[in-house]
Amino acid sequence: MMMNYVWGAMVVFSFISACFSGNMQALSDSVVNGGQEAISLVIKLTGMMCLWGGIMKIAEKSELTKVICNMLRPLFSFLYKSIDKNSLTARAMSMNITANLLGLGNAATPLGLEAMRRMQEENPDKSRATDDMVVFVVMNSAAMRLIPTTVATLRTQFGSASPMEIMPATWLSTLLSLFAGVTVAKLISRITSKNKENIFDLRFSKRSKVR
Amino acid sequence: MRFFGAAVLPLVITLIVIFGIGKGVKIFDCFIEGAKEGLVTVKNILPSIVGLVVAVSMLKASGGLDIIVKFLSPLSGITGIPEEIMPLAVLNPISGGGALSMYELILKEYGPDSYLGRVASVMMGATETTFYAIAVYFGSVGIKKTRHTVFAGLIADFTSFVASAWTVKLFFGS
Repeated sequence: MMMNYVWGAMVVFSFISACFSGNMQALSDSVVNGGQEAISLVIKLTGMMCLWGGIMKIAEKSELTKVICNMLRPLFSFLYKSIDKNSLTARAMSMNITANLLGLGNAATPLGLEAMRRMQEENPDKSRATDDMVVFVVMNSAAMRLIPTTVATLRTQFGSASPMEIMPATWLSTLLSLFAGVTVAKLISRITSKNKENIFDLRFSKRSKVR
Repeated sequence: MRFFGAAVLPLVITLIVIFGIGKGVKIFDCFIEGAKEGLVTVKNILPSIVGLVVAVSMLKASGGLDIIVKFLSPLSGITGIPEEIMPLAVLNPISGGGALSMYELILKEYGPDSYLGRVASVMMGATETTFYAIAVYFGSVGIKKTRHTVFAGLIADFTSFVASAWTVKLFFGS
């Protein structure tokens, strides 16, 4: 729901800005180019999605995901109490987390979407995010990488004497940001979950059935 | 270091394939099956990506982004985020590509081993494109009520921006 406001604000604000700054032609071009840019992004992503979908399937059938999931067990009992640690959902989630930690951004998204698909299967209200989904997406929207590969590559390119020296600072920043994001997500989940038997909730679920 | 950076991706794929062979999995059949599912996911996220990318490029082309940066620049005094880095902080949650090119500009202008270069590096390493992640992750499964994800995601972003300025001071002095 929030995304509706964000998206609407972006479009309307752009138009108003262009009226005042005289960038109307540029704005008009950006609509066309933006569409093309999006498609080329999706094409790039398609290869990755298929590749990692396939690799993930191999990891799953060979039960490698189970091994990795077991290694991340403490994290699950801490962050995702309601998810069964032996389920395929937990395994897909741990693959996503591992890919993130290794700095494999291209793999993390496909694996994360796989986890979302699994979580959605167990979601009673298909139009509403569960508490776990919120925490999971917040974790993915913050970074949880141990090796900042892109940053290190660029720093090397621009002649840094020590491209990896920023790693400890990055870890600390990421940790603080993850902590803040997850805490806020969990707190709000707890507050709002009390209203579950509320009339409003019933009405919303009815409306979504009609759609 | 460069070798290590290059080795991670091929190594992970190779290890997974070897593990699969070891367990007697029909790896190629498996791969095809999984890749098909990947294709379905792409179809589901395409609309979200088109919507978001168009909106972001509108914001950039119209000069709206510059206005937002100007409007938020007083925050740099309060939060300790250097003013030169503010555009990067604003771009970071909405546009991954935009943030990356802004980061390159900062590296070019101030050098990677300067205070500003380091803060920008930590910021880039410690954040992801929040709106993109939210749109794609929820878009892929058709969830419309994202609840407080945007809010919590932005709190995480904000924390990492302030933390990058602070941790660089902590580890390197200013």
